[in-house]
Amino acid sequence: MKSTGTNNLSHAVKKPDTDAVLSVRDLTVSFFTNGKQVPVVRAIDLDVFANEVHCIVGESGSGKSVTSLAVTGLLPVTATVSGSIRLNGIEVNKADDETLRNMRGRDVGFIFQDPATTLNPVMRVGRQITEGQVVHGLLAASDAPGRAAELLTEVDIADPQGRVTQYPHQFSGGMRQRAVIAMAMSGRPNLIVADEPTTALDVTVQAQVLSVLLQRQQALGSAIILITHDLGVVAEVADRVSVMYGGSIVESGTVQDIFDHPCHPYTAALLRSVPRIDAGDDRLETIPGQPPTPAELPSGCVFHPRCALGANKARCQTERPQLRGFGSGQMTACHFAEEMQPDRPAPPARAATQTRRADMKPLLEVDDIKVHFPVKKGILQRTVGWVRAVDGVSLRVHPGETVSLVGESGCGKTTFARAIMGLLDVNAGDVRFDGHSIVGLGRRAMRPVRRQMQYVFQDPYSSLNPVLSAADIVAEPMRLHGLFEDMGGDKRIAELFEMVGLSPSMMGKYPHEFSGGQKQRLGIARTLGLKPRLLILDEPVAALDVSIQAQILNLLQDIQRELDLGYLFISHNLSVVRHISDRVAVMYLGKLVEQGACDEIYENAAHPYTLSLLSAAPISNPGMRNQRARIILRGEIPNPASPPSGCRFHPRCFRATDICRAQAPELATQAGLKTTSICHHAGPLDPNEIALASQPKAEQ
Amino acid sequence: MRKSFQSATKTIRNLMTRKGVVFSVFFLGALSFLAIFADLLGFDYLTQNLIASLQPPSAEYWFGTDELGRDILSRVVYGTRTSLVTSAGAVTIAALLGVPIGLIAGFFGGWRDAVLMRVVDVMLALPAILFAMALIAILGKGQMAAMIAVGITGTPSFARITRAQVLSLRNRDFVTAVEAFGGSATYAMFRTILPNSWSPIVVQAIVLASVAILLEAALSFLGMGVAPPTPSWGEMLRTGKSYLYEAPYYAVLPGIILTLTILSFDTIGRAMTDLLEGRHDLGDHTSKDAEPTK
Repeated sequence: MKSTGTNNLSHAVKKPDTDAVLSVRDLTVSFFTNGKQVPVVRAIDLDVFANEVHCIVGESGSGKSVTSLAVTGLLPVTATVSGSIRLNGIEVNKADDETLRNMRGRDVGFIFQDPATTLNPVMRVGRQITEGQVVHGLLAASDAPGRAAELLTEVDIADPQGRVTQYPHQFSGGMRQRAVIAMAMSGRPNLIVADEPTTALDVTVQAQVLSVLLQRQQALGSAIILITHDLGVVAEVADRVSVMYGGSIVESGTVQDIFDHPCHPYTAALLRSVPRIDAGDDRLETIPGQPPTPAELPSGCVFHPRCALGANKARCQTERPQLRGFGSGQMTACHFAEEMQPDRPAPPARAATQTRRADMKPLLEVDDIKVHFPVKKGILQRTVGWVRAVDGVSLRVHPGETVSLVGESGCGKTTFARAIMGLLDVNAGDVRFDGHSIVGLGRRAMRPVRRQMQYVFQDPYSSLNPVLSAADIVAEPMRLHGLFEDMGGDKRIAELFEMVGLSPSMMGKYPHEFSGGQKQRLGIARTLGLKPRLLILDEPVAALDVSIQAQILNLLQDIQRELDLGYLFISHNLSVVRHISDRVAVMYLGKLVEQGACDEIYENAAHPYTLSLLSAAPISNPGMRNQRARIILRGEIPNPASPPSGCRFHPRCFRATDICRAQAPELATQAGLKTTSICHHAGPLDPNEIALASQPKAEQ
Repeated sequence: MRKSFQSATKTIRNLMTRKGVVFSVFFLGALSFLAIFADLLGFDYLTQNLIASLQPPSAEYWFGTDELGRDILSRVVYGTRTSLVTSAGAVTIAALLGVPIGLIAGFFGGWRDAVLMRVVDVMLALPAILFAMALIAILGKGQMAAMIAVGITGTPSFARITRAQVLSLRNRDFVTAVEAFGGSATYAMFRTILPNSWSPIVVQAIVLASVAILLEAALSFLGMGVAPPTPSWGEMLRTGKSYLYEAPYYAVLPGIILTLTILSFDTIGRAMTDLLEGRHDLGDHTSKDAEPTK
């Protein structure tokens, strides 16, 4: 794991070669569903050149993944494909299986979203990454182990000789994805298709993986098609961008052009609806409505029902716009691109963080709580150790305040939230709600507290009971407390529906008839029924599309203002947290490493982990990527069952010294710093430090 | 070539399943109708006509007559009552025991799970037919023994299927949500988890129904079923067996009805299993909102 170091993940935008590696013309893909042909990709043109990263951005259902599968002839037999796809001069659409197989081994490499399922769990990694080459006769079986080690070295995997003979489960998530990259690149393909390659990874690991991907791409001179919904990733790595919506490419151009002056209303609106990590904006602009489903595409321009520019223009409703040149080198599929506001308005300044909250009585007080899970082994199930999921966390939430808990997966955020809700047993410490201790209360004693403290789940798809109607889902908590009639019965339900922006006419529908964003609105409406004072929001927007995410964030802010709710907001998304929080607490391996006012954390962080997180997070501003120095953390979060000695962060820390290994630091506000942190070497980032951190360190 | 062949076989298989299901439903429906309204439809299983004993099928006696000159068709129709009632009783007993066991074991886990599932294992170890005979020794002849025996031996499958459902639903957010609102364990089990678990339980009920019919017939065949003169298919097979040479239809026709009944239950059960699994596939393809994962 030698990937520590600065890396600006970027390179100058290259001039496209004259010959495209991949050239797609008029590609249409449809699936036969429910008795009719449903077009998922509609007449798209695409050119990808050597030495470039071409990002395809879009929301779910926009057809981006189907496009990538079509390009490589991997679509299922149920798909009807028309149009021309030329890869290295071979017409993919007409090629036979043999040609396609050879092409996949030599000319195209794949990187899929989830490295855990891409690798065959019963085959050694080394054999797996060279298997394709050996099968195609491009590599002698006797040379394979050596080549495998070489490939692993190229993707910065430490001890490649040893790793070659290991199985995928012995690799961590980020290493697996790097092994997949090694596999995809093993045949020196001139096209690599990466479908959401970092979506399943944490932000620090994402930074490692993207940097490896770009390094390898530069070494081989391949073209990359990178499919993503994350505009931050696009801004960090793309050379050129195609934006897809409703099965069509609505805009394409260089990354700088797209971000600086988008020429399609959808792109412009999408950019405005993403919270930014580099500026706290007060309110997000949203795109009204839902992305269309392929089965029910609007007539004319697919975007017109949600478009501010074309909403009442007859031409947009009847005539489907073609992709046409616009300005220098940009392409747009909008009839009225010329009428768009040329510049993206500067985000409005954020109102100063309210400080009045601090002197109010806190709603929720958490003192040094610990949640440990036993690790059991053997036939007798003896406890052999403890997973310290939450190990001494203290936190306050005041009425009307949003406190965010940030951290990577496995750091104990969700455990912490569930322990507060009384869904998990607390081993030590105290939780007080409104001044009364609620730790260890029985189900009955806990009930009145539960009325006032509600939980919003991450995944709206699994948090709603599929057999209940929407009205029953919202009514359930009130019925459970026997308060349904007192609260106003059906009238109250209708009121709640309106409060979260759902039409009361949808009350009789079942969860599967709602879209993701609407389901999350239902999940929020359900918690509001009992008039709670505190909401615990566990990644409430992580499963939603970008444009829907903005709608839900605005809704949460409106509700908070209206009802003076306290929010404990749990997220791994630093941009969202910056947007919504008053105060931020950063969690690492069961401990809070730093907390402070939102802007202070983002601008004056002192803990090395916070600094690394911030530097690893992608910024949706391609202009920044050359200027930004980046700390790429080594490795991944250690096993919480055996946390490192001393400071838990020291094995990954660029400031670690002997004292860090020996002695755990205490929580303190150090002189001259604006946040509270636990670190022996807390302090703002020194530019020299990045250079220092970039030197490879000995393996731990 | 390969593609078209595959899709063709798939279509044919689907069609076959559907036709089979149509036939099964029709067959079981007609049988139940006859059994329920046997009195009104003028079936008479008791009147003896010794002059016309062991007659072959004719316009008057569609299925022929038995050794006492009784109408075999009427006896088959009334025998249906015996079979269906035994089977319904057995399924009810099995479900009433098995589903709560599965719910509690799966929901709470720990020692409750360990104890309950070991009890279930013991039940599973009982051979149904021997257990039924032992019960008959205690309770005397009759439908009750067959019902209880099949009910008890069928309990484990219900318990296991329910438990598996509960385990897969237990940690879903909508169950946690009920706890977060302050819902009791009973509410979570019976009002939240159970309504989401019906499909496999119903399939299991249908499968067990055919097992129960077969076991009741087997007991009657051994002479330990319902007391005469109440007709039962197994009893008819037993008597018919003695006249196989003079009157083959006597044993064969009730046997065919028994076989078709069990086949029908199985066909429906299997089609429902396919449907449940198929719905999964269908859901993945046509899902309106293919959500981004994390």
